[in-house]
Amino acid sequence: MASMAYGPAPENRSAADAWLASHNNRFGHYIDGSWKAAKKGAYFESLFPATGEKLADIAQGQPDDVDAAVKAAKKAQPNWAELGGKGRARYLYALARLVQKHSRILAVLETLDNGKPIRESRDIDIPLVARHFYHHTGWAQLMEDEFPDMVPVGVIGQIVPWNFPLLMLAWKIAPALAAGNTVILKPAEYTSLTALKFCEICEEAGIPAGVVNVVTGDGSTGACLVQHPDVDKIAFTGSTEVGRQIREETAGSGKKLSLELGGKSPFIVFDDADLDSAVEGIVDAIWFNQGQVCCAGSRLLVQEGIADRFIRKLQLRMTNLRLGNPLDKCIDMGPIVDPVQLKKITAMVNEGVSDGATLWQAPIELPGDRFYPPSLLTDVSPASKVVQEEIFGPVLCAMTFRTPAEAVELANNSAYGLAASVWSESINLSLDIAPSLKVGVVWVNTTNQFDAAAGFGGCRESGFGREGGREGMFEYMKPRYETEMKPLAELKPNIAKPNLLQQGLDRTAKMYIGGKQTRPDGGASTAVYSSAGVLMGHVGEGNSKDIRNAVEAAYKASGWGKSDPHNRAQILYYIAENLSARASEFGERIKALTGVSTANARREVEISISRLFSYAAWADKYDGQVHSPPLRGVVLAMNEPVGIIGMACPETLPLLGLVSLVAPALATGNRVVVVPSQTFPLIATDFYQVLDTSDVPPGTINMVTGDRDQLMDVLASHDQVDSIWYFGSAQGSTRIERLSARTLKRTWVNQGLERNFSAQQQGEGREFLRFATDVKNIWIPYGE
Amino acid sequence: MNVTRADIKSFDTVARNPGLDFDLDWVYSVAVNRSAVERRAKTLPGRRSVKKQWQAAWLLKAVRCIDLTTLSGDDTPGRVKRLCAKARSPVRADILSALGLADASFHTGAVCVYHNMIATAQEALAGTDIPIATVSTGFPAGQTPFELKIMEIERSVTAGAHEIDIVISRELALTGNWSALYEEVKAYRKACGNAHLKTILATGELMTLRNVARASIVCMMAGADFIKTSTGKEPVNATLPVALVMTRMIREYWDRTGYAIGFKPAGGISSARDVLQYQFLIREELGPRWLEPDLFRVGASSLLSDIERQLEHNVSGSYAAYHRLAMG
Repeated sequence: MASMAYGPAPENRSAADAWLASHNNRFGHYIDGSWKAAKKGAYFESLFPATGEKLADIAQGQPDDVDAAVKAAKKAQPNWAELGGKGRARYLYALARLVQKHSRILAVLETLDNGKPIRESRDIDIPLVARHFYHHTGWAQLMEDEFPDMVPVGVIGQIVPWNFPLLMLAWKIAPALAAGNTVILKPAEYTSLTALKFCEICEEAGIPAGVVNVVTGDGSTGACLVQHPDVDKIAFTGSTEVGRQIREETAGSGKKLSLELGGKSPFIVFDDADLDSAVEGIVDAIWFNQGQVCCAGSRLLVQEGIADRFIRKLQLRMTNLRLGNPLDKCIDMGPIVDPVQLKKITAMVNEGVSDGATLWQAPIELPGDRFYPPSLLTDVSPASKVVQEEIFGPVLCAMTFRTPAEAVELANNSAYGLAASVWSESINLSLDIAPSLKVGVVWVNTTNQFDAAAGFGGCRESGFGREGGREGMFEYMKPRYETEMKPLAELKPNIAKPNLLQQGLDRTAKMYIGGKQTRPDGGASTAVYSSAGVLMGHVGEGNSKDIRNAVEAAYKASGWGKSDPHNRAQILYYIAENLSARASEFGERIKALTGVSTANARREVEISISRLFSYAAWADKYDGQVHSPPLRGVVLAMNEPVGIIGMACPETLPLLGLVSLVAPALATGNRVVVVPSQTFPLIATDFYQVLDTSDVPPGTINMVTGDRDQLMDVLASHDQVDSIWYFGSAQGSTRIERLSARTLKRTWVNQGLERNFSAQQQGEGREFLRFATDVKNIWIPYGE
Repeated sequence: MNVTRADIKSFDTVARNPGLDFDLDWVYSVAVNRSAVERRAKTLPGRRSVKKQWQAAWLLKAVRCIDLTTLSGDDTPGRVKRLCAKARSPVRADILSALGLADASFHTGAVCVYHNMIATAQEALAGTDIPIATVSTGFPAGQTPFELKIMEIERSVTAGAHEIDIVISRELALTGNWSALYEEVKAYRKACGNAHLKTILATGELMTLRNVARASIVCMMAGADFIKTSTGKEPVNATLPVALVMTRMIREYWDRTGYAIGFKPAGGISSARDVLQYQFLIREELGPRWLEPDLFRVGASSLLSDIERQLEHNVSGSYAAYHRLAMG
């Protein structure tokens, strides 16, 4: 009685064991509404991470399994879409209810398979799964009203990781089904069991055969899914390394892609924070799920003046963490998912220590050799590998900062951009910091909060796309007109006709970089002829150095993203005004270069002016949202500029194509490096004179003329460029997607299809604004 | 960063808190984030669980920390005697003996009565070392003249109370007059002499957690031996978020001064499950030393019978009926 020990408090696992036994502890794939044994008798084992006990044999998916699943999904998709949102809502509702009804067995299975504490699977994972299906029941119900003119993408291949097996399944499957898609899900090799149990839940819910298919297996099974030609979209959550491979492999395939990848999320503690609560926040940030969380707050940034005191508090808290059997209701941390992962964590920490870091581990007796203690690394710097790279384990790196500006700089000094946590009692300070962080999610005075109503996802090497909320639904839909787009016709450059001489003085167009007209670095120019073959002038042949200079200028123009929308609108109106003043001149020029009729040339100019007006209008109206998750507080979904966008304009409609891309980007606060129509570049070079007279801040718009695809390759390979928009050839689209893989840029390419920029629906509006922005969700609980 | 191995001190006897000079900077530097505190309080019961003989041990410890209380207008000597009898043998003998505690001196932490019942309690508790606690200073509202409050304390101490549960003037906290609150509590402490001072913050009337944190610090600075949540008469009594804030302030005071202050939640804690949650919270935030009766009390009237039922279930495997357990 004196010791006041907690004692064991094990959760009962008999129902889970009975379920496994009912399948003879052996599972095939779930394809087209029935179980299919592994065809070649190939099975691998699923283990209980705490002990290594074998739970079941899991089928190793082969190419023909994947093929059968894709066929089933493809066959089922039209009918599933045909049901309509309201019809599908009934099924999603049934799934939500059934997840709740089976919540205990799902929680126990999850803990057995993954090793996470039963508290987490019971109180966090499974309730969030049910919540996700409820929320998306609603999106299905409202689909036709809220997303008119959008259609499902089709057949979706979904690959999920082992850290939140069923929750990631829900994040993938719920929006996909709500929008009318059918899916093939590949669970992670370590953790297939809850996905397999979910198949039975789908049967109970009466989900039609082929709508949900689960093919188990390792990375090779996932690769089959990624490469399958009949898969229309891949949604992947996992490591940045695999995400990059998927980006490369799907390049040019026309597959839509969303990637939720790694992170090294900062946890920023200011000196006016509630320090005890911040310490508890760290427990939820880095010791939640043994730190095996993509958005784990693994980089502690603490204000220097309170650092010693804060670290002492943290160490004291760490000593109270309990490690043990994850089925025990009284433990904080379970085992690491697999000895392979444990070895990786150990190696990274050891390397950190040999690089000079100081390691402090809570003096906790480990319950076995499959566990890793809660760990703190100090004496590290932004240059340390343990600070830069994801450890994916219960290891926190701590650094100090002096000022809010330095905190932001340190926080953003990362290849990743997933999440951040900010601790301060000052609303001024926290709401100043949150928008400055280059991440997809910010938690103010809280951490690792998730809800179906608020989008989750990152930027930079943390991937692109959002899951949850309205923003997440767009990942599983496409505009109806995309289904009708035809391949672009090839455009031949105008050629010189003999004996036709240039009229008037020689005009040599230049690049437009940093608000200045600059000569091409290479010192070479190309002649441009009218459609009639008259020499119209010369344009510079841009090279990689011109691109480098243009990106540099755009980088320096970062003030544009912070300027107020009213100001951006003013400038867009002013561009329109100045273009309007020279409308007839632009019309003549377009006519001469492209050979279109006077009426069509004038029309192009008029639509361009109108489009500038539209985006001036949008500048202060493309508002974010306030999401309503279950929380006393607000979640602000802010539309933030993507950053620096490299753009290849369409070859035809040289003015309208340029304006259609540049204006939405500027309206939302981006800076752009534009490669204008290669065939008719002189319109763009005339246009920079309009820019020059319109108060556009230097570096906001930069133009480099020359060989489109060569220049775009340089942009796609430039690490400082955040996104690429490309409206050129199919081959060019493929290259852009492949080259963007290295830094995981968000891309928007046309796959060689023709977009009708003069049509209102295809040429302007929310679709463009969505590509020009990233949604950042800022969680702000409040209450005195 | 200066990193040292976190040191958890252990100690046997609690040195009495002499109080500190008033330090407004400390009072104002206190930061409490309500949502974060609530998240911790909400998830804590899911993080800790005790079963079987371990649970019995925790509940027996809780019994030893109960200030068995009656504070009603209709209290009579008969009622108080019955309460004291229950305090002397809080758990039925056969249950105790099944738990292996037949011979131990086993009683509640104290009995807590109004001043007029001190003499009765003294008589009823003769021969035991059960302390008598009494409420004071115009309990529960504290809206009586200051001189009378001091006199009330002195009279109770003279009458033989070992522990004085005072109420703070909420007005001083609500208007931010922290130095006046400090002076008030310091005067109470002086009036207590050797009797222990428990300061009731009436957290349900302070409303905000920041006020709770500041009032906790001020009371400890002024020499409180215990800080206590509630009178049991406010619309909202002890809650886990309030307890979390108060225990964190106790930890802060301990960290800065080396003096261990006790904690007493009171009001609305009526089930074994409830009290276990407070025990978990204290063990996690302050450590097991704070679960002993010299640093933890729980003010309750109906809690004991639920614990006793739970203990009987623990011993027999079947659920108990109230009429088979002795009334308090």
